[in-house]
Parts: sequence; C-alpha cells; structure tokens
Amino acid sequence: MIAHADTIPKQRHPLIAFLLRWLLTTNHKEIGTLYLCLAFLLFFIGGAMAMVVRLELFQPGLQFTQPDFYNQMVTLHGLIMVFGAVMPAFVGLANWLVPLMIGAPDMALPRLNNFSFWILPFAFILLLSSMFMEGGAPNFGWTFYAPLSTTYGPPSTDYFILGVHLMGVSSVLGAINVMVTILNMRAPGMTLFRMPLFVWTWLITAFLLIMAMPVLAGAVTMMLTDRHFGTSFFEASGGGDPVLFQHVFWFFGHPEVYIMILPGFGIASQIIPTFARKKLFGYHSMVIATIAIALLSFIVWGHHMFAAGMPLAAELFFMYATMLIAVPTGVKVFNWVATMWRGSMTFETPMLFAVGFVIMFTIGGFSGLMLALVPADFQYHDTFFVVAHFHYVLYPGAIFGTMAAVYYWLPKWSGRMYDERLGKIHFWTATIAVNLTFFPMHFSGLAGMPRRIVDYSIAFADFNMLSSIGAGLLGLTQILFLYIVVKALTSGEKVTDAQVWEGAEGLEWTLPSPAPLHSFETPPVIEPDDAHAAADRA
Amino acid sequence: MSKSTNSKRRHVAVLLLVATGMFGFAFALVPLYEIFCEITGINGRTSGEAVSAAPMAEVSDREVTIQFAAQVNRGMPWEFRPTENQMRVRLGEVNRTEYYARNRASGRVTGQAVPSVAPSAAAPYLHKVECFCFTQQHLQADADIDMPVLFYVDPELPEDIGTLSLSYTMFRVPETEVVVSEPVTDSHADHEGHYQP
Repeated sequence: MIAHADTIPKQRHPLIAFLLRWLLTTNHKEIGTLYLCLAFLLFFIGGAMAMVVRLELFQPGLQFTQPDFYNQMVTLHGLIMVFGAVMPAFVGLANWLVPLMIGAPDMALPRLNNFSFWILPFAFILLLSSMFMEGGAPNFGWTFYAPLSTTYGPPSTDYFILGVHLMGVSSVLGAINVMVTILNMRAPGMTLFRMPLFVWTWLITAFLLIMAMPVLAGAVTMMLTDRHFGTSFFEASGGGDPVLFQHVFWFFGHPEVYIMILPGFGIASQIIPTFARKKLFGYHSMVIATIAIALLSFIVWGHHMFAAGMPLAAELFFMYATMLIAVPTGVKVFNWVATMWRGSMTFETPMLFAVGFVIMFTIGGFSGLMLALVPADFQYHDTFFVVAHFHYVLYPGAIFGTMAAVYYWLPKWSGRMYDERLGKIHFWTATIAVNLTFFPMHFSGLAGMPRRIVDYSIAFADFNMLSSIGAGLLGLTQILFLYIVVKALTSGEKVTDAQVWEGAEGLEWTLPSPAPLHSFETPPVIEPDDAHAAADRA
Repeated sequence: MSKSTNSKRRHVAVLLLVATGMFGFAFALVPLYEIFCEITGINGRTSGEAVSAAPMAEVSDREVTIQFAAQVNRGMPWEFRPTENQMRVRLGEVNRTEYYARNRASGRVTGQAVPSVAPSAAAPYLHKVECFCFTQQHLQADADIDMPVLFYVDPELPEDIGTLSLSYTMFRVPETEVVVSEPVTDSHADHEGHYQP
C-alpha cells in the first residue's frame, strides 16, 4: 500500500513531510492543484520562448537570435503550450471539478491519478533538457514533419520522442481516469443528461484523448525506428513516404485541436448561465453539438495537407467535412448568446473572460472557415494567417477559458476572493494585447508573410512591430495574473457563502468554501430542481 | 460496492484496449495508405510493369505535352537529367526519350530510378513500354550512360489534362541490395550506353 498523506508519521522533517505529501497524494483536489501549478509554470516557460520569437520579429533582419535557435524557440513554444500548458491545465480543472460536479468522493483511480501527474515533470525535463545538448533542441516545428525530424533532426530529437511518449501515457491514463470516474461515480440521481456541461465536454475530451494520443505515440515510434533501427516508414529511398507522416500526425493532430477547446466550451457553458442568471439555453443541443464536433474531428485531418498533394475528390471531401464542423460550433455560439439574451447580466471577471471567449473564439472560427476552402488555402497555407487563426482559437479559447475557470472557482477552491478591480484590469489589458498581437498577423499572412522563418520582407515591418508590442503587453498581463492569484490566496477577502456567486448552480456550490479536502464521502441527494444540469427539464 | 468496482475494472480494461488498438491503428495506417494510393493511383505512382509495345490499333489526333524531370536522392553522387525537357506527343503513339546519368563518385555506384507522374490523375494513362526504371543501373567511377524510355499515353486520358510531367528520382542502391547478375557498365562507356532492358 502506498502511504496515504494522512498516515505519514508526524516526526519527519517538515520539508520531507511536505514533499512526501505532494509526491504521494491521491486526493483529486491536491492533484488538480499540482496539474494547475505545473501548467502555469510551463505556460511561463513557453511564453518566454514566444517573447524571444516576437523580440526577433520586432524588426526585419537578424537582431537577437540565429536562425537555428529561432527555430528551436518556435518548436518548443508550440510543444510546451500544447502539451505542457493547455492540456495539463484542463486535466487539472477536470481533477478539481469533475468529482465535485457529479457528487463523487474522489477520482475513480486515485493512485493512477497520482502516477499520471508525476510522469509529466519528467517528460518536460526530458524535452527542455534538449536545449542544453550539443546540436540544440528540436528545431523542426511542433508538427515535426519527416524528414525534418527523422533524417535532419538534431540528436536531441530522441529526448523529444521519449518526452512525447511520456506525455502521451500521462494523457491517456488521465483520460481513462476521468472517463471511468464519470461513468461510475455519479451520485444517485445524477443521470448522464443531468451532468453539468463541463463534465460532458470532459467526457468527450477524454474519448478524443484515448483515440488520438496513441496514434501520436505510433507516429513518434515510427520516427524513432526510422532514425535508429533501419526502418523506412517515412524514408522515400527505402520505399516509405514522408507524406504518410503527415497523415498519421494529423490524424492525431486534428482531434488534438478539439481536445484543447472542448473543456473551454464546457467552462463557458458553466459561467455564462451563472452571470446571466438564466438556465443554459439548449442543454441537449450543446451535448449533441459537442459529440458531433468530436466525431467530425476524426475525418477532417486532410485540411492540414491540402498543399501537400491530394486528389481533387479528397480535397473536396475534407473541405466539406471541415465546413460541416461550423454547424455544431454555430449551435454552441447561438446557445451561449441565447443564454445571455434578456438575462440579468453582470460582468464579474469570470463572465468577462467567458464573453471574451465567445466573441474572440468565433473570430478564430471564421478564419478557420476561410482556411477550409481549398482554393483559398493554397494562398494562406504556411503563412502568418494560419498563425493568427490558431492563436485566436487557442488564446481567447483555451487560455481565456482556463483563466475564466480559475477566477470563477478560485473562491470555492481557496475560500478567498480575488481582487475584482485587478481582475477587470487583467481582462481588458489581456483582450487589448491579444488583439494587438494576433490581429495584424491576419494581414501580414494574407500579404504573404511565411511562418516559421526568422527574417521577413520589410513590407511586413509595421504589422510585426505591432504584434511584438502586443506580445510584450500580453506577457506582462501574465505576471499580473500571477500576482492576482497569489494575492487572493494570501490576503484575499474570506468567502463565507457556499454559493459564492448569486446565480451559481451545481453541486460544487453546495459545499462550504473552501471546499474541504474530502467531500461527498456520502453521496449527495440530487433533487431534479437542484441539479444545474437539469436545465433542460422543460 | 463490489459491483461498482467490477464496473470500473471493466471500463478501465475496455479503455486500455481502445488505446492499445489505436496505437496499432497508427501502424495499420502504413499498409492502408499504400493500398489506398495503389488503388486510386494517387501519389503519382505509375505501374512498375512494362506493357507490350504499340497495342493501340489507332493513334489519336489529340496531342498533349509531356515534360520530363529528374532528381537525385540524398547521398546519390550521380548527375542525372533528361536529354529533352518536353515533347508534344499524340495519344497512343509510342515515343522515345533518353535520360542522361553520370557517376561522379570514385567507385562503382548502383542506382534505381523511381518514376512519378503529375497530375496524379494522369498516372494510370502513362504506359511505359521500356524503361531504365525497371532495373538497377550500374555505373563505374566517372562512367556515363544514356538511358531510354519508350512510352505512350493512353487515348483514354481525361479531356482536361493537357500537360503531363514524368519525373524520376534516382536512388542509390545499397551494396547489399545490388543485383550483381547484370553486366557492369565500363568506365567511359560510349554515349550509346549499355542499356540493359
């Protein structure tokens, strides 16, 4: 038996006891906190790399970095933000919130939960250590296309491969845990269609993770054997095909896109009804739209590869399938707006972030539609327009979603309120900075500025200077966010109300604030009227 | 409680199985991709088989342009290029062109050319009667060779295709995979070449 945190003998040195407590914890709230802290740390590291990139692009020409180092920064920024910041942050939120929302005492598999978390620091030490190796860190972009990563990859690529394997194992185990928890641990009366939307979106995200991450593991395994064991999966001279790599990668890669946004959809669906003081509009259609998006995500990977060479029939298929995703996504946006319609809205910080999420995510969705058009994509492919598109869905999508969640549930987690004035300043500066950073990229991209290249034509100088100024401001807002969270945790006003927010509904708001370490050890009774997810009753 | 534990175990087992299955699926994509490309002729893959010469009863009046391209793969020390860049051909008519190769290495190097046709929709309609790509080519140090291709374009070629390109990539064949039964081209071979069909 692994020692439970409570049974560790008291006479140990306090530091050892502290470390063992966090190393051995099987409590979903503590593991959730660990995930969120790791995600925040890696968010700063990945952000620092983005700062290097934007600093270099402040002016045309080579100022601060050499091309190879620039490529390493672009690559690691992408990998760390995707696998180190967004995904662990969402798993952390799932750990904290899923058991509270369904009335479960803990995750279904607490020790596996501990294991999935503690793999991650080692995965990122492997990945980040590659920066200090001879030949430098991986420099082939986060998509690690063969042959850049196989034939021409630096020696540290093998550390990257091992790191990705560990992240994949962690994600799959974490996803299995979430899924088993949701399917088996719901309090009596909590039927599937009474679950809060956040739980629903995470159930579907977990399904995507279990389906997609092993394919990524397969891709990096093939890379590894191509590099060292004489196989030729992606090596043309051995009968393989580098384009095959792109198919395998994007078969993982597109579901991955939705892994990074569906929990954000869930968060917005929790927060908007609270501050509009209305039930969520169209609960069932929200669930079905999420399922539709998840299923469609497996048949659209080809839209990343229009320019790689594809028969016309396949291009048409992928184009129409991709555009079809706009329908369930549109249903969601419609439902959020309809929830706000004639609501008694107030704009506390979580609501600001949630509304910002809806508006700016939709902008990213529209540029996604433009990219889905085959003839247009040939113009946009590999330009900064693509960079603008996916940063609009990831920053105001995944990151704003996570920040909204932290502001919304922090009083429940810690029992202390954040500084509302600073929170609002954070939202508005972040919104201005995001748009200043990423909106000009649409224009430089449409004008033909290629992505992933250290230097650029002076024709794009003004747009890039604006982007870099915005990026600097965006970096500063993260420090403000850190300050707000630390201030709330150390000296924030104590929250006494269990409900915290006037319009908040759901099981987590029936617990005292802060939520006790062990909650729902006897399952709560769900009255149809109590469950927030019964929004659809009528 | 035990019922719930069993249910959890069953779910974990099923989900682990799905994850393992998807890992296997990544590898299954490799043959699936090959088969898909072969059936549909996409990827510009042409048949590796020779067809008998001039099976066409009639030569069509329709003309198309065919462009020739050549490249050497990484680590291949040959100079390799088409002798003509493009020609106008009538559909169904057997034409001949030559590719020139010279070994710039200081020892014998064996090469294998792999053809590719663009647009890929045209690939099934380009028939090769004779091609240096059907066999390995051996060149001694500094030897050169002109290698013929005899081909015709099927009159069934879709109407919207007016230009085809035939591209060869010359790969270096590892010494362990060289087919040694064929005669080796001498150094400074005459420009007619010792083409071995």
